[in-house]
Amino acid sequence: MSIMSYNGAAVIAMTGKDCVAIASDLRLGINQNQTAAVDYSKLHKIHDRLYLGLTGLIADQLTLAQKLKFKHDMYELRENRVMSPKVFGAVVSATLYEKRFSPYYTEPVVAGLDADGKPYITSMDLIGADASTDDFVVAGDNVESLFGVCESFYKRDLDPEALFEVISHCLTSGVNRDCLSGWGGVVTVVTKGNGTFTRTLKSRMD
Amino acid sequence: MNGPTLDFSFLDATARGSMASKHVDESLDAIDGNMHECNFKAPAVEDFEGFQREVINYVKPNHGTTTLAFIFEHGIVVAVDSRASQGPYISSQTVKKVIEINPFLLGTMAGGAADCQFWQRNLGIQCRLHELENGKRITVRAASKLLANTLYSYKGKGLSMGTMVAGWDLNGPGLYYVDSEGTRLKGQRFSVGSGSLFAYGVLDQGYKWDLTVEEACELGRRAIYHATFRDAFSGGTVSVYHVGANGWTKVTGDDVGELHFSYYPATPVDDVDAHCGGEGKKEAEARAATEASAMET
Repeated sequence: MSIMSYNGAAVIAMTGKDCVAIASDLRLGINQNQTAAVDYSKLHKIHDRLYLGLTGLIADQLTLAQKLKFKHDMYELRENRVMSPKVFGAVVSATLYEKRFSPYYTEPVVAGLDADGKPYITSMDLIGADASTDDFVVAGDNVESLFGVCESFYKRDLDPEALFEVISHCLTSGVNRDCLSGWGGVVTVVTKGNGTFTRTLKSRMD
Repeated sequence: MNGPTLDFSFLDATARGSMASKHVDESLDAIDGNMHECNFKAPAVEDFEGFQREVINYVKPNHGTTTLAFIFEHGIVVAVDSRASQGPYISSQTVKKVIEINPFLLGTMAGGAADCQFWQRNLGIQCRLHELENGKRITVRAASKLLANTLYSYKGKGLSMGTMVAGWDLNGPGLYYVDSEGTRLKGQRFSVGSGSLFAYGVLDQGYKWDLTVEEACELGRRAIYHATFRDAFSGGTVSVYHVGANGWTKVTGDDVGELHFSYYPATPVDDVDAHCGGEGKKEAEARAATEASAMET
């Protein structure tokens, strides 16, 4: 089996009206079939309005997350402002392509609101080919199932609470057809006016 | 290719004559003697093993499984999960992995779903014929050996089965492990499948000879539940069967989605940031506390 599904993961990001949501499952697997932890979020906070979701090999997820957080924080100190999601996406992409011939085995999802409160989401392959969309992106070892439910349930311009419901159902339903992800989930919704909320999801534990 | 070349003619009802009634003779003739000698055509290729390697991916669903069975004072408990997977994809959560061979015999299913279903059905036929010929029920020992012999005759042909035959006969409870390599083991406790090691952990820890039926069923259920929790390729529902002197009964079938929360009522994970490379809530609070006390001194 591929090294990309050694640990197992499922991440979804969705846009709403003046808000954006990102969700991750909580399983950490080792040796493919063995579930080592069920409280392992794959979401990384970059700043208050910007989140990074990483799927793939856990070792590379952590390395990349720390590297990107470092790059962001240095940018913030230098420029005295935080990165916009679009700029951060470009940094992620460039960082991944630096390792074109010995890549980090991880596929990132970026979700955030820019300075005007406009949602931005993007996902990339492991060497940084980004594909920004204005509705939803998925990543993980079972994108077929995740895409299926997202295509069915997603609606444009949802408010934060409705968006939370949709992304939660998409995650919990999507992982039900995957052996390697699930065991609970976590959702973070970033809103324009009312800050950010994070909730954990109860789901099947098999 | 004409199936196995072992000589089974001694099993022929007509060759043994006398005991079987005319009626039985006719029914045996109608199904042509050695029922288990199914003549499967071999593929028209020179390199059979290479061909097998190439096509094995198409014929091996249901590789993830957890099944267990154990003998105790009041019979046998058989417990299984119900997930079928093809690679990491879950193809079904409602597979029947206990095969009811007859009212006194159960088989379990691990490995290839089709292989298990077909050959245990075939075993059912052989057991029924044995009953008609001899006028009494087959022993678990004999039944498991029929299956083991059948599987051994197909050894190297790519069958994939790890099965337990459990039942009650004149010797009391009987439990055998039989697999497609030809292994046949008699034992008190077995667990088979990708989640078997997880199940063994719970089973061995909780096993006692003098368990009550309820306790034994609960032990089987718990062992399978824990395997579904830890093993990615096991899940769905936990089915528990009990085999006693009057044959088997299905005791329970519980959805793991609900079973988990009945064992462990949900507690919200409130520290989801802990793994995000930075510090989690608890670490942050602990650090704030130590820093505060450091400033006081």
